[in-house]
Amino acid sequence: MRTPSVKRLLSPQLVALLGVLLFNWIVFPGFFDVAWRDGRLFGSLIDVINRGAPVAILSIGMTAIIATRGVDLSVGAVMAVAGAVAATCAVTGQPVIIMLLAPLAVGMLCGLWNGFLVSILSIQPFVATLVLMVAGRGVAQLITEGSIVTFNDPVLIFIGTGSFLGLPMPAVIAIALMVGAHLLVRRTAIGLFIEAIGVNRSAANFTALRSRSLVLAIYAFGGVCAAIAGTIAAGDIRGADANNTGLWLELDAILAVVIGGTSLMGGRFSIPLSVVGALIIQAMNTGILVSGFPPEFNLIVKAGLIIIILVLQSAKLAPALHRIFKQRPVKPSIQTSEKTG
Amino acid sequence: MPTDFRPADPGSVGNRPPETSGADANVVLVAKGIVKTFGNHTALNNVDLALHAGEVHALLGENGAGKSTLIKIITGAYTPDHGEISVDGVQVQFTTPQQAQSAGIGTVYQEVNLLPNMTVIDNLFIGRQPRRYGLVDRKKMAREAHRILSQYGLDIDVHAELSTFSVAVQQIIAIARAVELSGKVLILDEPTASLDRTEVEKLFEIVRRLKARGLAIVFITHFLDQVFELSDRITVLRNGRLVGSETIGDLDRTSLVRMMLGKDLAFVHAEMAADDTEPSSPLMHFRDFGRSGSVNPFDLTIHRGEVIGVAGLLGSGRTEMARLMFGIDTADQGALDIDGQKICLRAPQDAVSQGFGFCPEDRKVDGIFGDLSVRENIIIAMQAKLGWLQALNRDEQMEIAEHFIEALDIRTASDDLPVKLLSGGNQQKVILARWLATDPRFLILDEPTRGIDVGAHAEIVRMISRLREDGLALIVISSELDEIVSYSSRVVVMRDRSLVAELRGAEINPSSIVRAIAAQDAEAAE
Repeated sequence: MRTPSVKRLLSPQLVALLGVLLFNWIVFPGFFDVAWRDGRLFGSLIDVINRGAPVAILSIGMTAIIATRGVDLSVGAVMAVAGAVAATCAVTGQPVIIMLLAPLAVGMLCGLWNGFLVSILSIQPFVATLVLMVAGRGVAQLITEGSIVTFNDPVLIFIGTGSFLGLPMPAVIAIALMVGAHLLVRRTAIGLFIEAIGVNRSAANFTALRSRSLVLAIYAFGGVCAAIAGTIAAGDIRGADANNTGLWLELDAILAVVIGGTSLMGGRFSIPLSVVGALIIQAMNTGILVSGFPPEFNLIVKAGLIIIILVLQSAKLAPALHRIFKQRPVKPSIQTSEKTG
Repeated sequence: MPTDFRPADPGSVGNRPPETSGADANVVLVAKGIVKTFGNHTALNNVDLALHAGEVHALLGENGAGKSTLIKIITGAYTPDHGEISVDGVQVQFTTPQQAQSAGIGTVYQEVNLLPNMTVIDNLFIGRQPRRYGLVDRKKMAREAHRILSQYGLDIDVHAELSTFSVAVQQIIAIARAVELSGKVLILDEPTASLDRTEVEKLFEIVRRLKARGLAIVFITHFLDQVFELSDRITVLRNGRLVGSETIGDLDRTSLVRMMLGKDLAFVHAEMAADDTEPSSPLMHFRDFGRSGSVNPFDLTIHRGEVIGVAGLLGSGRTEMARLMFGIDTADQGALDIDGQKICLRAPQDAVSQGFGFCPEDRKVDGIFGDLSVRENIIIAMQAKLGWLQALNRDEQMEIAEHFIEALDIRTASDDLPVKLLSGGNQQKVILARWLATDPRFLILDEPTRGIDVGAHAEIVRMISRLREDGLALIVISSELDEIVSYSSRVVVMRDRSLVAELRGAEINPSSIVRAIAAQDAEAAE
């Protein structure tokens, strides 16, 4: 569960993030420059954290979902729904508390719907969440009545573009959510239960784990994360765009989780490493922008890096790499591996 | 276009005349001086094995003795570090299972490795379908499938999905496929683990027929009776070394067990003299408890400090009864009283909160969390009982895990090891520890000794008796009558989804249990 800190620092994800940042620095020497202006920090590095925040937030919920051997394809669409709700509240002059809570409530409802399909009706997560992935954008369009709803609400704009203690607000929210979620799963038994369900759902049932309600709650949490990301995205552009808010971000979120080392087959997971995964993705995006490469390169470079990371993590190659680089000895555990005789 | 489909002549299976003498001239496969190491652990150390045509060769050893490794080397799944293998006198070097297969070595694993959602035909012919005008010739496949399976006394609908058949039939289909594909050496890895007695008989008959056809058959099992019933030759491994290779006539049971364990098993038999003392106070009472389509209503009172053995053939409703008692399936009739209070079992949570524990029959599917550590596997039921808010911290977890690792003698390098790396017997102990950690008053053990080695088997049998002495109530389901007799203070017998008999005291002996299981034709069964 808790790995020694030295080992964690050597995790391939952090090495990869460092590598991408260094590459960015080589192609754009001003990459690490950080300036203090108007009471907040500015610079490419800060940009990475700021722009990466929505996917990072999505990946927090997605980590827990994937760890139960599920997936949530609807988070991008739920972002759009939440953004639309927030914008509509702002435009119709609702009190601040409602404007902030309504999107979260709607996001949770969306998550509960997914959870209901997956956990109670036992529909495959891929198909179950596809429903809302498609329908969600329709719902968002209905809320915005087909147009882009723009607003001038200072609170929403602060959430999207403001700063706190010198850091951009989205980054602050993402960090707080990451720390909170990590503590929640690791200081309680929830993390262990999630991993147990992901590893063997049937055994979890025989062990009297309340798998159903836990899976339901996890999808609801995923919906809330998507709603937070959606509110941030809306505040950032001062409007709700039902068609484009969060478009394809579910794929980035899944990618972030996979880069973070959580298997799509469920089981062991780490929320902080998923967030690092999200930052890797954003660092590449930013790097290509600041280096002056045409943005078309972005997707190809991304694919290349993904391949490298996945190869580094692959079960087949990892022992070979260990042998070549003699980093750490391969775990001595294998000696007792004589399975069923 | 050309297919490697084998023409259908039963006599052509194997390229040697069916002799059963076991003379050296009949040797089909020789493995010599095999060494295999994993890391700094030597799994096999200078092991020899010679397989003869027309012989059943039992490969024995406790879990971890090196049987699996040896089989994997013979079938090309592993390559040996040293040593050589020759087939028909020609030295070979398998780097893939396919090479071993085409050299004539076929394997049927413990868990049938066919495709459950495809038809019997597809399973028999996949990868080598007969073709006609470049298209798959389905008619010919169906004809061939019928012909092949009829050799095994199987007359089934070959167009049906494999999963619609019992494990026994699936096993026979797996054997048929392996023989058709390979036809020189047939390796059966614990083929009887999930079969009932009649099915085992059927399987043995098929094995004997294949033997008469000149196949060399490797038979891996944990059931010593079956070894003596079926085998011509026995090879015993222990700790990766060859202990001995003997023909069956030169061995008796005791010396075989001594070879396997390096010790005597007398203590198991000492335990057989179970005391008949009446159990103390009644703990719970299942009244007319049942579920339609699963188990007919039964009546059972369970006392503190007693072991109730449940006997019955596979499919007799034994496991279904256990599932009902643990709330995995919910009863639709009857009631449960515990200490005079009416208790409703709607889910396993209800059972656990009453102090129940359940070690399921299928360890791998329903029991262990393979990727989680031994420690997490031990504490998880207790943690589930405590709820998610009261998390055990790492030190508490380690304390509990280490206590049980020591108390149950669980052999693991560390409590951090993924439990899937442990042997079957140790995994079973981990699941037992998981429930003991919840401080239960009632434990249900479904086939607790299935598929585990002789040593661990004896330990678990002893553990059952010890738990009873500690005042636990236990229900133990087992197919091994000797075992049931040794620890039960009462035996209930299931037949056709009903509880049909309850045996006490002097009635508890294998022959009366068999009579109760078989009802009318008790004589035939004995």
